[in-house]
Formats: sequence, C-alpha cells, structure tokens
Amino acid sequence: MRTGSQTGATQEPAPAARPGRGRHRGDARPAGDLPALHFHGVTVRFTEATVLEDVTFDLPRGRFLAIVGPNGGGKSTLLKVALGLVRPLAGHAALFGDRAGAHPERVGYVPQLKTFDRTFPATALELVTTGLRGSWPARIGRSEREKGLAALDRVGAASLADRQLARLSGGELQRAFLARALVRRPELVLLDEPATGVDFLVEHDLYDLLEAYREETAATGTPATVVMITHDMAAARFHADSVLVINRRLAAFGPPEEVLESDRLREAFGHRFHEHPVAP
Amino acid sequence: MSLLDAIALPFLQRALVAGVLIAVATGLLGVFVVQRRLSFLGDGLAHAAFGGMGIGAFVIVATGLVGSGLALLRDPIWIAVPFSLLAAYGIYALRRRTDLSSDTAIGISFAVTVALGVMFFSLIPPDTNLGVSLMDLLFGSILGVRAVDLLIIALVTALALAVTARHWGRMAYATFDDELARADGVDTARLELVLYLLAAVVIAVSAVVVGVILMAAYLVIPAATARLLARTLAQMTALTVVLGVAATVAGLAASFLLDVPSGSTIVLVQAVIFGVAATARRRGPEPLRSS
Repeated sequence: MRTGSQTGATQEPAPAARPGRGRHRGDARPAGDLPALHFHGVTVRFTEATVLEDVTFDLPRGRFLAIVGPNGGGKSTLLKVALGLVRPLAGHAALFGDRAGAHPERVGYVPQLKTFDRTFPATALELVTTGLRGSWPARIGRSEREKGLAALDRVGAASLADRQLARLSGGELQRAFLARALVRRPELVLLDEPATGVDFLVEHDLYDLLEAYREETAATGTPATVVMITHDMAAARFHADSVLVINRRLAAFGPPEEVLESDRLREAFGHRFHEHPVAP
Repeated sequence: MSLLDAIALPFLQRALVAGVLIAVATGLLGVFVVQRRLSFLGDGLAHAAFGGMGIGAFVIVATGLVGSGLALLRDPIWIAVPFSLLAAYGIYALRRRTDLSSDTAIGISFAVTVALGVMFFSLIPPDTNLGVSLMDLLFGSILGVRAVDLLIIALVTALALAVTARHWGRMAYATFDDELARADGVDTARLELVLYLLAAVVIAVSAVVVGVILMAAYLVIPAATARLLARTLAQMTALTVVLGVAATVAGLAASFLLDVPSGSTIVLVQAVIFGVAATARRRGPEPLRSS
C-alpha cells in the first residue's frame, strides 16, 4: 500500500543521472534534490562471474522500491553495493549524494535471516543496541535501554528484549532485526528478502510496520525510503510504488503496473509466470 | 610437605602466577576463537611456535648467542614470536585472498611449521644447553618458569588485556555477523588480523609453558564451558577467564598433591568442569517454531 503522499498520478522514476553527477563529484544540487539511491554504470564481477552489468538508475527519496529477479540475478549484490560492502568493478553508487557506505548512520539494514549465527550468545536488546552504537555492547546504558525498548515496542516486540536470539522464532527474529534497523531513525531502509522463512501473517505485519515507519517519518518531512528484495510479486504490486527487475542487467524499472506485466517478467526470468485466476 | 608449605616455594609461586596470567590471556582470545569456529587455530599457532623455537634455537647456537650473558638472547622465544606472527599473517592472507577455508589454511601452516621445527631442532648438537628441552616444549614445563619467563608472560597478558579492552565491542560485532558489522563501518578484515596476530603472540609465549600439544585446550575448553552457561558474550568473556583461572589453580594444587604432571592435570580439570557444565545445563534452545 502506498502512503498518502505517494498516491495519485503514475509514479515515474526520475531519469537516470548523467555521468559524473553525485555530491561526491562536486554536485551543486540542494541536498533535498539528491536521490536516495544513485547507480551509474555499476558492474560487479566475482572471480570469473559477472553478477551485475552496467546497472544505472536513480531512486528518488521517499519511494518504496521492490527489487525482484531470478535467483542469482544480482539482487543481494545490488543491495551490498548500496551498503558499500561490495566495490563495483566499474561505475559508482551513491546514497543521498555521498559515496555508498560513507554514512552508515543514515541507513537501516535488515539482512537475510539465514546468515545469522544462532549459536552467538545474545539478547534481542543487545542486537538492537548495535543499531545505536555500531559495535556490540558489553553493557547497555539506561538511555540505550530506553531507546532499544522503544524500538522493539514500535515493532511489537518489547517482550522479547531480554530473550536470547537463539530462542526466537523466525518472525520474532525478523522483528528484532527490524527494530535494530529502525532504532537509528534511518532515512533509507534496506531489506534483503525479509519475508523468507516467515508465514503470511508475519509478512503482513512487516509491511504494516514499514508503512507505519514511513508515515511517521513523512510527518516530519520526506518519508523514509524503503528498498526491499522480494520474491512476492503480489506484495510488490500492492506495497511498492517502484519496482526494479534485475537479472545481471537492469531489465525494467518503473511503476509496478508497468513493470510487473507478464511479458517483461518472462523476459527477465526466462519463463512464464503462473497467474492465479481472480474470482469474478 | 603440605600444599600450604609448597606455596611458599618460589618456583611454585611463579608457576601459579604464570598459569593464572596465561589463563587470562588465552581466555580473552578463546571467546573469539570458539565463536568464530577457529578451534584449530590454537593448534596451528602452537605448532608454529614449535617451528619458531626450532629456528630460534638453531640461530642461537649457530651465531654463538648460546654463550650470551643476556638470558633473553639465549632464549629462542625472541625468534619464535616473530615467526609465529609471520605464520599468523600467512593464515590470514590465505583466508582472505583465496577460497580456502580457515581449517585448510591453518592445516597448511601447521604442517609446514612443524616440519621446519623438526628439521632445525635436528641440526642442533644434542648436548647443547638452551634452557628448554624438546619434551618440555611439547608437553609443557609450568614448574620450570623462570623470572624472565614470568616477565614476558605478564607483558603479553597486559597486551592482550589492552587490545581486548580497545577492540572488544567491534570484534564481538564482527564475530556475530561480519556483513552487518561492515555495513556499520567496522573494518572486520583489520580486526581479524589483529585477532590472529594477538593469538600468535599469546600462544607463542604460552606454549613454552603449557606445551605445544596442550595449548589448544587453554583456548577452547574454558570458552566452550562458558558458552554453555552464559547468556551474553560479555558474560561468556568474564566466565571464560574465571573458569580458566579456577582450573589452573585447582589443577596445580591437584598435580602437587597427586604428584602428576601439572600441564595435563590442569587440562583434565578444565575438562571436568566442562563435563559438569554440559550435564547441568538446562535443555538447549528449542527448535525454531514456524513463525
């Protein structure tokens, strides 16, 4: 579902920035005009495999972008370039005009749950506190505890604060990681397949929480920008106002009603999508 | 002679202090070694220390330093430590620049350094007095700790405390999730190198006292025991040090009373404590529920 500020006319993506644009190269545009995400000619190669090739797009602030594509198509790599975790072989990426990774405090990241080490002795509140500190807490101060509890409460997980991460269900872990991402009030939220391993009801809660956060940030200015990797086309169609289809190359980028039609997706995925019949 | 009388003996006091300091230093490292699944690292670097001691002993004899009036220069440790640092950097570089896993990189280092140690020790005339024997190096000689050894161990433990105090938060974050930590600007590669180099120094110095064969136990068993009991990494760190120190004191006392080797007794006490903790621990984490 799109926020009130996003409804109305068809959402067209901003034109891709010309080469050399971006604050890190002396951009004189006001900070508010700079896109949340700027990719120009990004190419990433791992050993002999090209994972991303010449990816160029601009995502204006305040958008909800769903990234879709086949497995191995470069979706997670695209997110990691945005985070500054992967350096492109060619091209560049910028967040709000600054080099990707330069300002981690402006970004909230929810990784794929399957990468998390469940043997690590930790509580949910400790995890959330890393979002405030950028390091692991040996001891949590009163102010941090209050902020951490407020963040957990915002995602409906206040009762999980002192529970061990290893004992949380998939849905509870997802809430804890989301609380961690949002505790620093980021302008950009990046989520890597957050619905993996959780059931429909928890996934539904996730979208509600993200919309609530966007509405909250919209009240004080531009809503937070959300970028989410998903395999759920229906969720992308309903919640996102922009969709990016990636299969090494950028296959499509635009409003969901344009991008998520069968032929474009078949071209990107290489096969037809089953379309469930809708009851009359 | 009673235990109380024995404690008044200088060599036993040095052994006790050395053992406690080593328990502290290896405990601080052991938390990260266990959580990062680097338990083989202790063995790898202990054997690198063996190789370094072999090279160091050969250099001391070949250059005539064996007759030096300065105790430190007669001690192969001043060559063993840089050699161990080199081995640690080699393991780090292999891991970072190739697709090889940690245990493969450590295994390669292990084999090469042991081979070097055996070769260089074989080149030393058998009647040469270096102050350390091959048997002591392999199985430990905590009761043979000298004043100069104690000074080195104290300095290295102070280094371990200082480095841990400075880097604990970021190192713990990187241990929890490397990608998440890097996304928050933590230089996880540099921290990994710091961990490896610190481990090299601590293990090289400690292996001479506790023995190359048993070195890994000091890194792994107290931390593994603490892991069974702790709810947070901070608790695990504190508990590892406490358990390591307790096992050292109890082990030394037991070895005196039973007249058995100290190093192995300490390790057996560590193992008993681990067994008790594993048995007494509440049932482990419930299987993941479907969300």
